[in-house]
Amino acid sequence: MDTEKHILKDFYVNMGPQHPSTHGVLRIVLKVEGEKVISSETVLGYAHRGVEKMAESKTYVQMMPVMDRFDYVSSMLFEWGYVGCMEKALGITPPERAEYIRVIMAELNRIGSHLLWAGAFLLDLGAFTPFLWLFDARERILDMFEEVTGQRMTNNYFKVGGVADDLTPEFFKMLDEFLKMIRGRMAETETLIESIIFLERVKDIGFISKEDVINYSLTGPVARGSGVNYDIRKNEPYSIYHKFDFEIPLGEKGDCYDRYKVRMKEVIQSVRIIEQAVASIPEGPYAEKAPKIIKLPEGEYYFAVETSRGLLGVYLVSDGTSNPYRFKLRDPAFSNLSILDTLLPGNKISDVVAILGSIDVVIPEIDR
Amino acid sequence: MIADSMIIKVILSIAGIMIVFTINALFATWLERKVAGHIQLRLGPMEVGFHGILQGAADGLKLIAKEIITPKGVDKKLFTLAPYLAFFPTLLMFVVIPFSDKLQVRDLNIGLLYFFSISCIATLGIFMAGWASNNKYSLMGAVRSIAQSIAYEIPIILSILSVVIITQSLKLSEIVNYQSKYWLVLVQPIAFVIYVISAIAELNRTPFDIPEAESELVAGFHTEYSGMRFAVFFMAEYTNIFLVSAMATTLFLGGWRGPILPPIVWFFIKTYALVFFIIWVRWAFPRLRPDQLMSFCWKFLTPLALLNLLITTFFMKLF
Repeated sequence: MDTEKHILKDFYVNMGPQHPSTHGVLRIVLKVEGEKVISSETVLGYAHRGVEKMAESKTYVQMMPVMDRFDYVSSMLFEWGYVGCMEKALGITPPERAEYIRVIMAELNRIGSHLLWAGAFLLDLGAFTPFLWLFDARERILDMFEEVTGQRMTNNYFKVGGVADDLTPEFFKMLDEFLKMIRGRMAETETLIESIIFLERVKDIGFISKEDVINYSLTGPVARGSGVNYDIRKNEPYSIYHKFDFEIPLGEKGDCYDRYKVRMKEVIQSVRIIEQAVASIPEGPYAEKAPKIIKLPEGEYYFAVETSRGLLGVYLVSDGTSNPYRFKLRDPAFSNLSILDTLLPGNKISDVVAILGSIDVVIPEIDR
Repeated sequence: MIADSMIIKVILSIAGIMIVFTINALFATWLERKVAGHIQLRLGPMEVGFHGILQGAADGLKLIAKEIITPKGVDKKLFTLAPYLAFFPTLLMFVVIPFSDKLQVRDLNIGLLYFFSISCIATLGIFMAGWASNNKYSLMGAVRSIAQSIAYEIPIILSILSVVIITQSLKLSEIVNYQSKYWLVLVQPIAFVIYVISAIAELNRTPFDIPEAESELVAGFHTEYSGMRFAVFFMAEYTNIFLVSAMATTLFLGGWRGPILPPIVWFFIKTYALVFFIIWVRWAFPRLRPDQLMSFCWKFLTPLALLNLLITTFFMKLF
C-alpha cells in the first residue's frame, strides 16, 4: 500500500508571535509530524525598535531609561552595564556605599528575575501554583524597589558615579523580612515543583553539550547548567564582587532539569551575597560628583556584567561629543536563543515549551 | 391516570436534574476558584455575594451577553453542534445516579453500563469541535483528546468490572445496597485508585489536560469558541467532575449510606469530597507529556487493572 500518501506532510504549526508560552512576541515555526517536531525556525523581529541606532541620536544620559527597557525583569543589571561602561571611560569610581547599594539591588533583581522565570517555566509545564507562590516573593522585591527608586520595574536608579538615591531605613526593614522568608519559600516551592511528573518532563530533554556552549557562546545559567564554569562575577570580578563569599552553581548533564536547578541554587547564592552586603554596608555618600553633561573622551569602551540571563557586554564608541558614535549590546538572551533550532528537532511539541522555557528569553532584549 | 403520573414524574425528574446541574455548575466553579485561590496564597473571588459565592452566576451572565463568534472557514454545522454534543450526555448521565435510596430517576438493570457508554459520546463532541474549528491547535487538541479518551476508557471499565464481579450486578441501587456493611473501597482499593486516576484523565484535567494544554495548544479544542458556546464546554467539564465523583461515591464509597444525616446529604458530602480532591490535584501538579500519558495508561494502569481483575475473580471463585 502506498502509505506515503497518508502521512500528513508538511504540517506547520506557528508557535507565536501570539502564544501563551513564548512570553512575548517570539515566533517559532514548527514542522511537525503528529506530536514530533521535524524542524523548527525561530523568527525574530516583532519587537524590533532599532534602539542601538536610536542611541546615536540621544545623549548619554537620555539613553539611561532606555536601558531598563531591554530586559525589563532585570533592568538594573542592564543599567549597571551601561553606567559601568561610562564610568570606565570617564575614570570615575563610585563611592564604597554606592557599590554596596548596587550589589544589593542587582542581586535582588537577579532573584526577582529567577523567581519570575521559575514561575513561568512551571506555568508552561502546566503547573499554576508555583507561579503564584514565587510571584508573592517577587512582589516583595518590587515593593522594595518602589520604596527606594519610586518604580517597580523600569527603575532608572543607577547613574554615573553612584545611584540616584540612598537606601531608606524602611527598605532595610523590608529587606530583612524578605531575607527571613525567601529560603523557606524556595525550599517549600521546590518541594511542590519537583513532583515525579515535573522530573519526567524536564529530565533528559534539551541536552546542550559543553562544546555547544562554547560554539554558540552561551552564557549565564544555560552555560552553567551544562557544567561550564563561567560567571563573570567570579571570573573577572567587577565592582566589589571579590569581597563576597558565594558559589557558582553548576549542572552536570546540561538538560532542562540542570538549567532549572542552577537557577534555583543561584537564588540562594544571591541571598547569601545580599546578606553579606547588608551586614557590611559602610556609611558615606551614595554618589560621586559626575558632570551634568556627559561627554566620553574619544575612544572605544567595553564593560561587561553578569545579568540574570548571562553575560551582558556594553560597547560604546565615542567621538568626543555628547552622543555616542556607536552603541552596541552583546546581550545574553539573543546568544542563548541561537541554539534553540538545533535543540528542538526530534522532540515532542510539549517539549518545545519546556526547552524554550529553560533557555529563558526576554524578547525586547533580543529584538533591540 | 397512569399516563398523567408518568408525565409528572418525567417533568419532576427533568426539573430535579436541571436543579442539581445548575447548582453544581455554580458551586463547583466557585469551589475550584476558592480552592485554587487558597492553595496559591490568595483569596479567590470575594466580590460577588458572600465570599464570591455568586461569581459563577455573574460569569455566566457575562458569557450569555457576549457575542458568539463563528470564525471564517469553519464547518458551521459541526462547529455549532459540537458544544451541545459534548454537553447533553452529561445531563443523560444524571438519570442513573442514585442520590438517595428513593431519589433516582431510573434504576436501570444496566445502569453502570449505561453511564459509561453515554459518557463516551462527549468525546465525539470534543473531536467535532477540534475538527470543525479549522485551527491547527484545535485539531491537535482533538486528536490528543481522542487518543486519551480511548486509552483511559479501558482501565476505567476494568476497574469497575472488579466491583461488578463482587456485587454481581450492574444495577447501581444493588451496588449501593451491597455496601451496607462495608464500603467497596476497602476490598477494592486498587480499583478505586485506578478509577480516580483514569477519571481525572477522562475529564481532561491536570495532570492529564493535554487536549487543552494551555501553554502548548493555546486552548486546545475550544480555542475558537467564545461566549455561550465556550460556557457550554465549560459547564460540561464541571458537570463531568461531579458525575465521575458521584459514580465513584456510588461504586466505592457506599453511595448515599451513612449514619445520622439524611442519605442525600451523605451523598453530596462524599461526592464533593472527591470533587475537592480532583481540584486539589489540578493545582498541585504540572502536566504530563502526551506520550508519557499514553505509556502510563497502556504500560502501567491497564495491566494493573487487569491484574486486579484477575485476583478479584480468583478470590470470588475461592469463597
